[in-house]
Amino acid sequence: MRAGWCCTRGVCTSMIEVKVTTMTDVDRSAVSRARGALPRFDTALVPRNSISGRALIAVVAIMTFLASLTIGAVILVGGAASEWQSDVAREVTIQIIPAPGLDLDAASDKAAAAARAFPGIGDVRVYSKEESSKLLEPWLGSGLSLDELPVPRLIVVKIARGAAPDIPQLQRMLAEQVPGATLDDHRGWIGRMRTMAGTAVAAGIAILLLVIAATVLSVTFATRGAMATNKPVIEVLHLVGAKNGFIAGRFQRHFLLLGLQGGAIGGGVAIVLFAFAGLISGWFAGSAGGDQTAALFGSFSIGITGYIAVLCQVVLIALVTAATSRHTVNRTLDTID
Amino acid sequence: MVRFENVGLRYGLGPEVLRDLTFRIEPHSFQFLTGPSGAGKTSLLRLLFLSLKPTRGLITQFGHDVATLSKDAVATLRRRIGIVFQDFRLLDHMNTYENVSLPLRVMGRREDSYRDEVIELLNWVGLGERMWALPPVLSGGEKQRAAIARAVIARPQLLLADEPTGNVDPSLAQRLLRLFIELNKSGTSVVIATHDIALMDQYDARRLVLHEGRLHIYD
Repeated sequence: MRAGWCCTRGVCTSMIEVKVTTMTDVDRSAVSRARGALPRFDTALVPRNSISGRALIAVVAIMTFLASLTIGAVILVGGAASEWQSDVAREVTIQIIPAPGLDLDAASDKAAAAARAFPGIGDVRVYSKEESSKLLEPWLGSGLSLDELPVPRLIVVKIARGAAPDIPQLQRMLAEQVPGATLDDHRGWIGRMRTMAGTAVAAGIAILLLVIAATVLSVTFATRGAMATNKPVIEVLHLVGAKNGFIAGRFQRHFLLLGLQGGAIGGGVAIVLFAFAGLISGWFAGSAGGDQTAALFGSFSIGITGYIAVLCQVVLIALVTAATSRHTVNRTLDTID
Repeated sequence: MVRFENVGLRYGLGPEVLRDLTFRIEPHSFQFLTGPSGAGKTSLLRLLFLSLKPTRGLITQFGHDVATLSKDAVATLRRRIGIVFQDFRLLDHMNTYENVSLPLRVMGRREDSYRDEVIELLNWVGLGERMWALPPVLSGGEKQRAAIARAVIARPQLLLADEPTGNVDPSLAQRLLRLFIELNKSGTSVVIATHDIALMDQYDARRLVLHEGRLHIYD
């Protein structure tokens, strides 16, 4: 045990002319009693709960939330587009165009029978005259007699799941057996839809990349801003003999936690929002509005892939925050030396 | 302990602020570093503290040529040097006890092993009752003493103080000088940068006088 601070060369000398020159057990216990315990080094080396730290958490949370929404939107659009395509591709429509002397009902039944007998066809539904007329209502209005109009009769043919029927063969067969029957395999629609869906997904991915880039940049600058207020801490740690790796490690850990905190808030809110949207769309399934929404956005669920993507993004942003703080510490230390 | 040979220092492409410095600081020695404002006292202290590298010449500290040291080696060597800044540089988010303990904390020592030493030192410098106080509520003299305590807690072999009495009244300046003298008696080499002639007149010690970048030594 080394000599006490007050004892030099065997002589006790008072350093400062103040009440206490040495600490006796009584003094120490008095202080301890006053405080309830001996002093402890409880404070983190990097200040916690600073204004800049809270601002950084807010920036990270907001940017993570926006990026998560973008990820979710891209996944929804991609999923919906592929559902539209597969829905449309699973259907073909037979159209019986009215002609003088043609019995539309008989021709429809014959075409439906031919379609049912064709291999790979799942379900065939003949639209009655009233149903066909109803399809025109949005354009011609209700209450109009369509008896005099040559309204074509429609037959919706659903392709069996997993089957790949020879549509050109069915087309040829119908043309031979049922006069006035044409078959629309929606190829034109599918082509346009594929282009549209591809464009929507590509645009979504481009926006996502931009949002992620903006997130990384804003988090980087917010981290640098927060670090600027910590420059005196870095300098003092450096001056009391802390190694660069020690200082950088402390700041990196602190900012990783800040990034994870902000990311968890932003990503968490986004996940809750997506889960809630999925729940809402489930509740409204079967209603007119719900069906239209489902037709547009599919199941309105981003699925497990979406949730994993949001979590990956949270981790990415936290890592960016930590790496930026480390870089800033190293740069600050370089300027000090 | 410290050896300077023909050391010169310039900032960037500017003129040399320190020229041809050749001197030694011996173990257990006490010296004042003085000179007019702008003479280069702080620059010389920064060279001694290894936070600047000379543009020419040789500096040897504790047997190491500082030009060849890695950053980690410099940090390790710096632990043998204590420094007191004119502006104290205490961390405002830590209380006095934590500020003083900081050098031991960064050295990786367990708190159990140093708590008593810190409490004892705080009492020795008259801050025993202020160990829970944060720096913003300390007076100038208390901050100065806390800064000195932090500089000496790790028992440095060399203590550097930059204008340690610049912000205090003559009475406290005298007390602080006594503190440095006692530390010197306990084995620490002390360099006090000051232009307070009255302070220097109170203690007969070696004087290193900087004038226009050159050093004149009065033993």
